Amino acid sequence: MINRRDFLKNTVKGIAGITLSLSAIEIIDPQKIFADKTDKSKVRWVFLVDTYKCVGCGFCVKACKQENEIPYDANVTRTWVERYVITKDGKFFADTPKGARDGFITGKIDLGQGKFQDIKKEDIDKAFFVPKLCNQCENPPCVQVCPVGATYQAPDGVVLVDRKWCIGCGYCIMGCPYGVRFFHPVYHTAEKCNFCYHRITKGLKTACVQACPFGARQIGNIKDPNDPVTKIIMTERVGILKEEYGTKPQVYYIGLDKEVK
Amino acid sequence: MKNHVYRPLIVVLCLIGLILIARIFYVPKDFGVHERGYMYGWYREGNTEDWTKVAVKYQGEDYCKGCHPDKYDSIMKTPHAIIQCENCHGPAIEHPSNPQKLAIDKSRAQCLRCHASLPYPTSGRAKIRGIDPEKHNPDIECVMCHNPHKPSLEGLK
Repeated sequence: MINRRDFLKNTVKGIAGITLSLSAIEIIDPQKIFADKTDKSKVRWVFLVDTYKCVGCGFCVKACKQENEIPYDANVTRTWVERYVITKDGKFFADTPKGARDGFITGKIDLGQGKFQDIKKEDIDKAFFVPKLCNQCENPPCVQVCPVGATYQAPDGVVLVDRKWCIGCGYCIMGCPYGVRFFHPVYHTAEKCNFCYHRITKGLKTACVQACPFGARQIGNIKDPNDPVTKIIMTERVGILKEEYGTKPQVYYIGLDKEVK
Repeated sequence: MKNHVYRPLIVVLCLIGLILIARIFYVPKDFGVHERGYMYGWYREGNTEDWTKVAVKYQGEDYCKGCHPDKYDSIMKTPHAIIQCENCHGPAIEHPSNPQKLAIDKSRAQCLRCHASLPYPTSGRAKIRGIDPEKHNPDIECVMCHNPHKPSLEGLK
């Protein structure tokens, strides 16, 4: 038989539990991150990609690999560009040969295993390029799964990997819903885009932002109301990837389409 | 309790003690829970600084302009002004001391990154003047006729 004291105790616990889980599944709200001034850190790095401007030249990937010393011919990269082609009969193709390190120089879609698909100009309904990189999530699942505290979120929001601490278990690589992590072929530790941490902390743009001739990539500080990137995120229509995962990604996209995952 | 029970017990306790003492020396002072709490902020703080010390390799066009203002000014008058010098000339790193000479990418593939015609209606690519790489002089390098620093057709060599 439950007594009054236990009943009240359980009720309070129950309500606390329910409110907690509701806040956990709350969807992303850039306004909230923007408004959160209680935080000690005055910087929260965010990224903005305009897919209309991207032409698939791949200069960003080339610059990223060289700046961050990712072996040039290894088939791993911190950032890459995807091509999406949707045809008039409803078919959908996507590819990223070598992560678009050498750009897209042919209309043939790389289907993998040496197969290519030619698509006629008049059959194309929509076709565009989408650059991808680490989303520097507000709730990074890769960090939660690290058993040794080797990957973590710095106070300015960037998720970093401690190469000295990483034991190479690969949990974070499995845990990232965006597939941005891989093993570094030389250091044999988990590797990922870190918004060129050595550059942004010196006041420079990331290597990919600097290399992009078309302004398709931009980096900004969402806690600075005068930052042009913040202004666009606050006032224009922007999308994020895999919102349903609750990871609160901080790479915002202009011109996303439902095919882009 | 009998001797044969607590003698191994002492050994085990000593081992645990040793591990705890070794841990004090092995785990750095700055390793622990930081701003984002145990779930997101459990790390070695010194690593953040380690990452900021990585050398910058792509210096940007203003760095090039310092010594090569003539080249900079001339390309600024062309549609290729939007392209960073280092996209073709390679990362400057500490040029001119290291490397003393940069390896320029003059390959056909480099030009085709943008100028292979792809008629993609919802992308900026469709607006760039492009060629069909299989039909437009497939066997020779673009730079044999075109000057990348003066890409207009009047600049043809």
